[in-house]
Amino acid sequence: MHEPVLLRRQGHPDATLEAYVADGGLKGFARTREIGQAATVAVVTESGLVGRGGAGFPTGRKWESVRTAAESERYFVLNADESEPGTFKDRVMIETDPYMVLEGVLIACYAIAATRAYIYVRGEYRGAARLLAAAATQLAAAGHLDGIAPGGRPLAIEVRHGGGAYICGEETALFRSIEGYRGEPMSKPPFPTVAGLFRKPTVINNVETIANIPDILSRGAGWLQRYGTDRSPGVKLFSVSGHVGRPGVYELPFGAPLQELLDLAQAGRDLRALLLGGAAGTFVFPGDFDMPLSYEGAQSRAATLGSGALIAFDQGTDLWRVAERLGNFFAHESCGQCVPCRIGTRRQHEMLAALADGSGGDGERERIATLGQVMTDASICGLGQTASTAVRSLIDAESRGLLAV
Amino acid sequence: MQDTFAILIDGKEAAAHAGETILDALRRAQVDTPTLCTHEHLTPAKACRACVVELKGSRALVASCERKVEPGMELRTDSRRVLEARRGVFELLLSQNDVSAAPALVLQAERAGADRERYRGQRYDRGLHDDNELYVRDYDKCILCYRCVEACGPDVQNTFALTVAGRGFSAGIAAGYGESLPDSACVFCGNCVAVCPTGALMDKREHTLRAEGRWDESRYDVVQTTCSYCGVGCQLELHVDRRSNQIVKVTSPGDHSITQGFLCVKGRYGYSFVEA
Repeated sequence: MHEPVLLRRQGHPDATLEAYVADGGLKGFARTREIGQAATVAVVTESGLVGRGGAGFPTGRKWESVRTAAESERYFVLNADESEPGTFKDRVMIETDPYMVLEGVLIACYAIAATRAYIYVRGEYRGAARLLAAAATQLAAAGHLDGIAPGGRPLAIEVRHGGGAYICGEETALFRSIEGYRGEPMSKPPFPTVAGLFRKPTVINNVETIANIPDILSRGAGWLQRYGTDRSPGVKLFSVSGHVGRPGVYELPFGAPLQELLDLAQAGRDLRALLLGGAAGTFVFPGDFDMPLSYEGAQSRAATLGSGALIAFDQGTDLWRVAERLGNFFAHESCGQCVPCRIGTRRQHEMLAALADGSGGDGERERIATLGQVMTDASICGLGQTASTAVRSLIDAESRGLLAV
Repeated sequence: MQDTFAILIDGKEAAAHAGETILDALRRAQVDTPTLCTHEHLTPAKACRACVVELKGSRALVASCERKVEPGMELRTDSRRVLEARRGVFELLLSQNDVSAAPALVLQAERAGADRERYRGQRYDRGLHDDNELYVRDYDKCILCYRCVEACGPDVQNTFALTVAGRGFSAGIAAGYGESLPDSACVFCGNCVAVCPTGALMDKREHTLRAEGRWDESRYDVVQTTCSYCGVGCQLELHVDRRSNQIVKVTSPGDHSITQGFLCVKGRYGYSFVEA
């Protein structure tokens, strides 16, 4: 039985700064101040931590490239615009332990000499935003933000609210949103570490990623590797919803079998399929429920962990109807900037609706696959590039006979 | 001194200059590349995706109009992925837009092998915005290339009357907060009309003549002159119907050193005194 690490303070009565410090909080930040910027980044790099938002990019590499950037104006952005369907782990993380999240922010800002920190919170997460803002105020009042910003100035932490657009969770669109423009993605390169927020070198990290940081600093670079697999060190938060007895957020070490997660969430034995990785993820069928929940484990089954969202569907579920809803989601959330996504998500939804209604045929399946490749290849950002991933995995499963009832 | 280096285009070595885009290099190498949204005097919008190419090391295709060349880049413009992506872009546009006033788009779509019937579904049905005496907006023809937004904004006019509103399939060009043009910040320079590639924005006179079936370019002479309103010296092209001796449209050459094709309201629309 895995003893929670990130969620170890779940059920603690009050998330106050005093309680956090009494429970060993801020030790990681103290360590950072002791060893300095370069050594802090080195510890994060050595720990093997990779981003938990879905892309899995090594966190230390992001930090190092901003730490060593030529420009002195740099930003840190915490991406708390959690909007992937079926994903709610960041909200639970923030509501469970806002101070641990913020300690990670302080360490990051100190390590990269950030001139300012932005926390971009999903608009609907009003409670989480309030908690973070209140915790930041407490940290400031207690003097913990002093001397973090360059020139010995106190760090300014600004909490921003999203306006309800999924696309603003995409990092470059998120920057545009903070800058006051329409949330439209920009091309990469240049990557945020080179030209991010206000075109300045920027580290942008997911909430869960940053929540790992305090322990990595206080317990050492090798700590993370006590959990998980060689290629996926650490623990992961999974958001489980759908046809299970106990939906919620579960923490497991990487590499734990998918079935263990299903058992924790009290899934019945009559599951038809799972959607793993959110709307941009893939359908997983019972034959793959022994899959190890690690980046490499998922990859070996042509699946993706994404942000760790798992939606369960029982035998009574019409998976084509699910696909139609996913199609509707992407068509609704496309920003409209590029042709493949703007029109493609719309056409995809129309074709999926036809399939779900039983009026579509093989022509629709073929067109969806063709269109999916166009969107994947030619769209500007990850939204359009992955808008057909789940749908195509369903078509593929059908061709392998997995949808037969 | 221009820094020149080699890149590979479809396996053949080609010269590229530091700071230029992949599209610049492709054009110099005479590699035919479809484009819709890019414009020589505007910031690349990289929105239409017609010009995508395959870049070795890049997961997705890249927009050649925006991406700058780098030494040693290996590009493919003739791979199946590239050709299918481009064809898909045109097929999607044909499934959405009224392309009756966009012959260049239709020609490029044909060259890309686009099948008009592949994708069917809801088409744009946005109605004609005819709210002033100088130009009309027919957003069923709009492919959202962003040219008008950029021309109205920081690239040319700095008026910022036009912007994109809405999201996804509902995204479209709006003046101010969905106001009529006369109520918006529009100064009627018509530079948005000058850069529109699909006829979604059209001078009122041209629109009226077309609607009446009386637009006939074979009857028009282009008369070069210099605008007489002020001392800037903008070059004008007066499109004159040689039968009626009437001006039907005023433009400025895109390669003119002063205007780059852009004018003000007086130069573009203030010509009725000639006919008085």
